[in-house]
Parts: sequence; structure tokens; C-alpha cells
Amino acid sequence: MVIAVQSSVNFKMSDAKYFQRGKIHELRTELNSEKKDKQHTKKKTVLKKIVANMTMGNDMSALFPDVINCMQIPVLEIKKMVYLYFINYSRTKPDIAVMAIPTFMKDADDHNPLIRALAIRTMGYINVDKIIDALVDPLRRCLRDKDPYVRKTSAMAVAKLYMHDHELVECEGFVDLLRDMLADPNPTVVANAVAALTEISERSNTITLKLNTTVANKLAAALNECTEWGQTYILEALMSYIPQDMGDAEVLAERIAPRLQHANSSVVLTAAKVIMYLMNYMTKEEDITNLCRKLSPPLVTLLSNGHEVQYVALRNILLIIQRRPEVLRNDIKVFFCKYNDPIYVKLAKLEIMFRLASVSNVDQVLSELKEYATEVDVDFVRKSVRSIGRLAVKIESTADRCIAALLELIQTKVNYVVQEAIVVIKDIFRKYPNQYESIIGTLCENLDNLDEPEAKAAMIWIIGQYADRIENSDVLLDDFLFTFLEEPVEVQLSLLTATVKLFIKRPTAGQELIPKVLKWATEDVDNPDLRDRGYIYWRLLSTDPATAKTVVLSDKPRISTESDNMEPALLDELLLHISSLSSIYHKSPQTFIPNSKIRHLTHSPVLNRRYPGQQQQQPNLLDSDIENLASGSLGIEANPYNLDVVNIGENYVGDLLLDL
Amino acid sequence: MISAFFIYNQKGEVLISRLYRQDLKRSVADIFRIQVISNTDIRSPIVTLGSTSFFHVRHENLFIVAVTKCNANAALVFEFCYRLVNIGKAYFGKLDEEAVKNNFVLVYELLDEVLDFGYPQNSETDTLKLYITTEGVKSERALKEDSSKITIQATGATSWRRPDIKYRKNEAFIDVIESINLLMSAKGNTLRADVSGQIMMRAYLSGTPECKFGLNDKLLLEKDTSHKGMARKSTAVEIDDCQFHQCVKLGKFDSDRTISFVPPDGEFELMRYRTTENVILPFRVHPVVNEIGKSRVEYRVTVKANFSPKLYANNVLIKIPTPLNTANINVRVASGKAKYVPAENAILWKIPRFQGQYEVMLSGDAELSAMTVKKAWSRPPISMDFQVLMFTSSGLLVRFLKVFEKSNYTSVKWVRYMTKAGSYQIRF
Repeated sequence: MVIAVQSSVNFKMSDAKYFQRGKIHELRTELNSEKKDKQHTKKKTVLKKIVANMTMGNDMSALFPDVINCMQIPVLEIKKMVYLYFINYSRTKPDIAVMAIPTFMKDADDHNPLIRALAIRTMGYINVDKIIDALVDPLRRCLRDKDPYVRKTSAMAVAKLYMHDHELVECEGFVDLLRDMLADPNPTVVANAVAALTEISERSNTITLKLNTTVANKLAAALNECTEWGQTYILEALMSYIPQDMGDAEVLAERIAPRLQHANSSVVLTAAKVIMYLMNYMTKEEDITNLCRKLSPPLVTLLSNGHEVQYVALRNILLIIQRRPEVLRNDIKVFFCKYNDPIYVKLAKLEIMFRLASVSNVDQVLSELKEYATEVDVDFVRKSVRSIGRLAVKIESTADRCIAALLELIQTKVNYVVQEAIVVIKDIFRKYPNQYESIIGTLCENLDNLDEPEAKAAMIWIIGQYADRIENSDVLLDDFLFTFLEEPVEVQLSLLTATVKLFIKRPTAGQELIPKVLKWATEDVDNPDLRDRGYIYWRLLSTDPATAKTVVLSDKPRISTESDNMEPALLDELLLHISSLSSIYHKSPQTFIPNSKIRHLTHSPVLNRRYPGQQQQQPNLLDSDIENLASGSLGIEANPYNLDVVNIGENYVGDLLLDL
Repeated sequence: MISAFFIYNQKGEVLISRLYRQDLKRSVADIFRIQVISNTDIRSPIVTLGSTSFFHVRHENLFIVAVTKCNANAALVFEFCYRLVNIGKAYFGKLDEEAVKNNFVLVYELLDEVLDFGYPQNSETDTLKLYITTEGVKSERALKEDSSKITIQATGATSWRRPDIKYRKNEAFIDVIESINLLMSAKGNTLRADVSGQIMMRAYLSGTPECKFGLNDKLLLEKDTSHKGMARKSTAVEIDDCQFHQCVKLGKFDSDRTISFVPPDGEFELMRYRTTENVILPFRVHPVVNEIGKSRVEYRVTVKANFSPKLYANNVLIKIPTPLNTANINVRVASGKAKYVPAENAILWKIPRFQGQYEVMLSGDAELSAMTVKKAWSRPPISMDFQVLMFTSSGLLVRFLKVFEKSNYTSVKWVRYMTKAGSYQIRF
């Protein structure tokens, strides 16, 4: 038996006391004190106070000349603190910062590799022209240093320099030096050189990283020896490789596949990204299927990581299964929500569950969704309810059970549940006309509690659509019309259309309502859509009621959950960004990061043309609605009505995308 | 990559602030405090404002925050945050506000080392401890003495192991720790049951030992003809997936499923695995919960241990949720202690020692106070916590651990098994 030994650590230091506001002049006096300080312990203490103040956000830049004087002290701890201070404040005092150059130069030439690296690393952080200039020579020397630690630090320093002054880096030939480092015998040096090149290529208009087959395979071979982070940088760089000949992609993917077993999730996800990318350049369906089979288990395993990584994984899985539905097809159970999952994990799982739902597992999915619909978090409950409705639309055989579940939920009388249910029931009515109208009675019991525009609009649509079956449809509509002028446009539009439908179906019941609605819509409202629609109805009804009837009551286009699919071009782009922020937001990086480079599948003789985005574009609902308008059918459909369904899950991050 | 790194305490005070790129100012620290720490309803670990993204991980009473201005690799950023927490634990025993404040200079030193220009660098504590130590003097000495050894170590192919390790007694301890996740429906159907296992190793081995490690992995045993019989006897376990510490040679595993590696010194997680087939549930729970009218809920919960009577479970905790408007609870239990904890809206039933095949029962009822609005009780699932020693829910066993070293020493190996509850939930 093993007995666990927990090593207990004594806190020798208790530096917490330095976390209090220090006065500049006091610190200066202490720093310049002439008192004997052989071990430099007093200097150390003052510097700690300064660093603590810096951390708290107090401006310590006034001490610059005094701190710079400490640079010469031959104690590493002091040097590191001074350097840290430097990185923070040198930009504010460029003229004094120059005084540090001699020390940096000396350090960059020190016999100790750690000191040489420290000097190069620190200088790279300082954006002061003269220091940048001074860095050029030692950097060139250190890029060829005999010590790998110095070389790997120098490689990164080139990327830093590029951010300060890209012309200088190009003129001095540093990029070529970096490229040469790809052949370095040390894996860490290679990894950092790759990272630096990738960074430069991302920022530059002129330099683009391109790997040929030989380099790509060499880098892939170096993966074995690299640290986990280095592996991620190399895998990322492999995205700049474009297979040219048959078999190239297959060979490389084969080499990368073992990375899927790595403990570090960034290695796994970045490897998955490269493999997904390479599949575009493969010819044999069999190879792709094999790789897909390899992808599934590691993606599931990512869900045993911390919640944050789970979230990243889930958002990416949602992308991957849209392009390769065979991945994870049989793993739906692992996406069932745990009661104590954080909300962001639950919402992400919900979307995947919906997507993986099929005839074979729909019973389980439905019973899960019913369970979720009784939980506490309002947003989660709403989306669960909505998913039940979408499930009915997606899988016909389950529609009956979904309707039953929704009715059960309506019985709970929980306001937001009822409203959400009504919104989705409208979709179900549209998808399966003349099947479920018997439940209208139940819906009508809940009219009084509707306070959300979407639910109201949906309910009004239902009343209008079935005006001839609902006995008191005129009374119900009249109740809604009472507040017509205060309603949001969405509701006003649906009220207008519903009233017209009522009038056409039951002229006697609608004749009192119609004039006042048309009058409001055309005279008392500022919204041009509403006004236009009002006029069109008015004229239609006044010129030719028969045509009005065919137009207003014409058949509606079928709806399906196809509209939930992401636009293929965007999906293609996002798959090239797996594991990145943009793959989490499902937004192209250009939308939130200005000047970021656009990634796309580059053409090559072996690029598989079966999945290009542009060819099989789905007609999205907005388009079909516009056609719908043109062909004269004016129902509530003129609203981009399904947009909200499409957006499930991403609005909570979207809301936060404001500019600083 | 990462532009800035911050550590905050719970109040939102900055304990560590390090900028790696000029595209941000120190003042972004305030934005995070206002937007996330002061916000009670944060619904994502990533918040993007304009083009600035904040990634945060909570640990103890700290917020660990990385900020980027680019389309960063999110998995990498979070893995780095987790790693930093582990480094902190390795250095200070515990990473909390006190530890950070007391060692802030050291934390800065570490941050300068493990992140360069926002790119994570070598973050193996074993190597870091060679030249960054809690005692400045020691680091100083290490630097002067043999810095090239350190640099080779920090950039080498086995960056996780020092070359000059010596032990008088060579030992290796293996801990197989399984977390069993269960979700049981109210009707008693298993909705999902899976095991996520962890193999922890503590290696106290001299020199540069090459280790080979074997499990009763079905795929491996089927390959190996000499063990065919064993596989047929179905003692083999089907592993859905596994992931390894970076010391394991993945290429080798991919080609012939052998696990070979040069271990780091001391404790590390050798592998993680997942199984879903033939999972043995250590506990069966049968809840009968009836809502009687509006004022009373009746409970009868039986729990049965499903493992050998020779074994026993420790620290068994059964958490039985109660309605929010519970006024009073009466419970009777045959073993252990049960009490109502209003703050958690649950009855907590603790059984310190639970023998295999044993069955226990709780019965009782909750009196509810009247509520003006009748709202249905959402009935959160019953959850369990426990540890069962020398038992694996997956049936996984360690078959061998071989150690090869050029000095040919003999080594002693120990194996221990444990199954604990991951998320063990039973709906009712």
C-alpha cells in the first residue's frame, strides 16, 4: 500500500506586506540610502515595494533614474525586478532608458547563457527606438549562439522586434535567419522559430509562411521531441502547408494522428484542425472515413477536462460535426447535460444534442430535453423548450411526442416556458398543417400572460391562421388590438396580417376591426414596413377581394431545420480556425479582429472540390421570404421569422461584442 | 497570443500584472474587474470586448486571467492557465491570494520564464525548480555553477527530467484513480455511465529509466497471441480513448499500443483514459419520493453497495435535494448520519464506512411551508460522493511496469486502485 505524502510548504517569505501604497519620495530616499547594505537586502526590499506598487497600478515611473542605478548590482533577483520595471515604464522615459544600453550589451555577451537570454528577452520587450537599434547586433549573434536556450529566446525576440519595427526586421535579414532555424537540431528552437514565423506571417502584408512537403514532414517528425506548447506551434504552422500531390495529405495526417492522444487539449484540438484541413486534399473516401473514426474518441475525451476547455471543445465539435456528420454520430450520450455543468457548457451541449438527434436516439433526446425544461436557469430552460419544438420539425416521427411534451410544459404555467412553447408550436403548425390544431384551445387559455413580442406575434399568427376555427378569434384579436399602438413592430405586423386574414375568412367578424387597424398602420405609425404593408392590404382589399384572398391565404413554403445549418462558406472558414476564439463565437475573425488575415482553402491539384462553400449554398430563410413577398404571399413570413432559431446559443457572447 | 496576464483576488484587486505586448495597457485590468468580477451573471469563461478578449479561470479565491488581442488558440490559453495553477501549487503548496502575495516576486520571475511574448515556453516544474527557487540565493548559485546544464534541460527532448537523479532505493508507485460518472433516469434506466480514469505515477528512479507499462487493454491483448486466452476470458477492458503525459512516445503507442516513456522525477499524471463498456456501478440507489399534497414530501431512499464484501467504501455522502420551501425535516437512518442543510436545500447523509453488498435505507419526510405562488419543484438529482479502495469500475488492471536503466538496478513497484464518484447522479 502506498501512503500519500503531501509535502507541506512553509512560507519563508511573507512579502504580502509590501502591498500598500508607497510614496514616491520615500521610496526614492530609501533606494538612494547610503547606509551599509552589503547583501543588498535593503535595495531588494525597496524594489519589492516598487514592484508591488506597480502591480497595484500606482504610477512609479518617476523613480526611473533611481531604479536604473540598481542595474549594476550583481544580484539576479534585483536584476530581474529592475528589468520588469523597465518593461513597464521605458516607453514613458525613452531618453533615460537609453542609459541601460551598456548593461544590456554586457549581459548579452555574458558567459552565462541564462543571462544572455534574459538580456535579449528583456530588450525585445522595450519599444524604444535606440534600444531596438542596439538590439540588432547582439540579436544576430545570439540567433547563432551555441546554447539552444539562447537561440530559442532570440527566435522569439525577432517576432517582438517585428511588432515594433517590421522594416528593420526585413532589412536586417532576420526573417531568413528564422527560416534557417527550422533546421536547428534542437526541437525547442525549431518550435519557437516556427511560432515567430507564424506570428510574422499573420501580421505582414508581404511575408506569408508557406511550407513545402519536405519541410512539413520534417516539422511533423520534430513533433515527437517538442514540448506540448512547441507541438501546438508546429501544428499551427502546418496549416500553411498546401498538399500538391496525391498522397501528401494522407501521409502527413498519418504522422499527426498520434497527437490526438496527447494530454494537452491544445495539442489535440490543433491536431484535429490540421487533420480536418488535410481531409480537403484527400481523394479516397476510405482514408477520410478512417480519420473521422480516429477523431471521435479524443474529442469526447476533451470533455473530461476543466469546464473552460470543455466549452472550447464543445463549440468546435459543433463545427466539426456539421462538416463530417460521421464524427461522434453514436456518441450523443456524452453530451447530455449534468445538473451542475456551468451554463455555458450546458448551452453548448444542447446545440450538439439537437444536431446529433436522429430517428434512432430521439426518444432519449426528448426525455433529456423534458428534464432540462424543468431546471432553474431561465435561458437554459427556454432553449430546451425551443429545442423540443425544433426536434418536432426536424424528425417527423417524433412530432406527436414533442407536441405532447410541449403541452405538458404549458400546463406548468411557468410564464417563460409557456411563451417559448407557443413560439415553437407556431413552427410546428407551419411544418405540419392541419394536424395539431386540436391543441389551439389549450394555447388560448394562456393569452393573458404573454408579454414577450415573439410569443405574442406567434400567438397572433396562430389566431390569424386559424381565424375560422377559433370561435372567438375576433374577440381575441380585438383584445390584442387594444394596445396596438404601443406594441413593438414585430407584433404590430403580425396583428395587421392576422386581422386581414380574419376579415377574409370571416368577413362579418372582421369588418369592424379591419378599418381601424388599416388606419393605424397607415396613419399613426412611423415604421415604413408597417405602413407599406398596410397600404398594400388596403389596396388589395379595396380593388379585388378575390385576389386578396389568394394572395393572403396562399400556401406557405415548407420550413425545415435545414435553415439551422451554417452557411457553408463560413463553416469552411471556421474549420480553418478550430480551437481559436473565432471557432467559439462562430464568427469570422475579421468581424472582431481588425486586420486579421483571411484564411481560405488554397487551390491545389488535389483540392477536393466536393465541399467548396459557394456551390451548394442553401437558400436561407431571408431570401425565400423575399421571394415570398415578390410572389405576393403576405403572411407573417415577411418577418425573417426563423432567424432567432438559427441564432440559438450564440447571442450571449454576441451581446458582449461592443467596442471599447 | 497572450498579450497580458493578470491574477486578481476575489475583490478584483490586481495581485499580478504582466504585459507581454504593447497592444494593451495596464488599464485593461480595470475593464476586466468591471465587466466580469463585479458582474454577478457571467455566462462565459471568455469575454470579448471590441477586439480584446479576456480568458478567465477561477481557482481558490483567485481569478487567473489571460488577455489577447488576436484570434488566439483558446484551448492553449486555458491549458496555460491550468498549468500556471499547477506550477503555483508545486511551488507554494497551494495557490491562493496569500501565496501569490507572499511570493509575488517569484511569480513574476516564473511568468517571465514560462511565457515569452505571450507564447508558453517550458513549464515543467521539475526544470523550473532548477533555476527559479523560493530562495534567491539558491537560484543564484545554480546559475553560476552549471547553467548550460539547465539550458539543455529546459530545451531538450526530455525537458521534464534532470539527468543526474539518484535514489538509494528505486521505487515507483502507481495509482489508478477512476471517476465514475452516472446519470440514472427516474425510471431507473442508466442514461449514461462512464469511467474517466487517471493513472498517477510517483517515480523515484535513478538515472534515465526507460519504462514500459502494460494494462489489460483489450486491443493490446488481442494483438498479443500469447495472451489470447486472457482476452477471451473477458478480463480485458475496452478502452475508448486515452491520453498521455508528454513523456510517452505517442508514435509507438499509435503503431503497436505499447506505452513506453522516460518518466519525470516524482509525481505526474501518466495517462488518462475513458471507458463506457461494462462499467460496474459501485452503488445502486432506489429513491421513492412522493409529494403529498402541497405540504409534505415523503422520502424512502435505499442504497446498495454493489462490490465485493471484502471491500469497503469511504466517505460516502448522499445528497438528497429538498424543495426550496422546506420548513422542517424528519429523517431516520439505520447507519450513518443524516441531516438537513437548509443552505444547500438538501439532506446530507454521511456514511463514513460502507461495506460491500451492504444495503442501507433512509426514510423520512419534509414539511413544506405554504407558498403564495405555486411553482413546481425542479427536483434536482440525488448525487453521491464516495471512494472505494482497490476497486475499479472499469475492471482495469495494471499488468506490468518494467524499468530499464543502463546501470541495471532493480526497482520496486507498487500499485493501488481507487474508484471515486465523478458526477454520480440519480434523478427521481
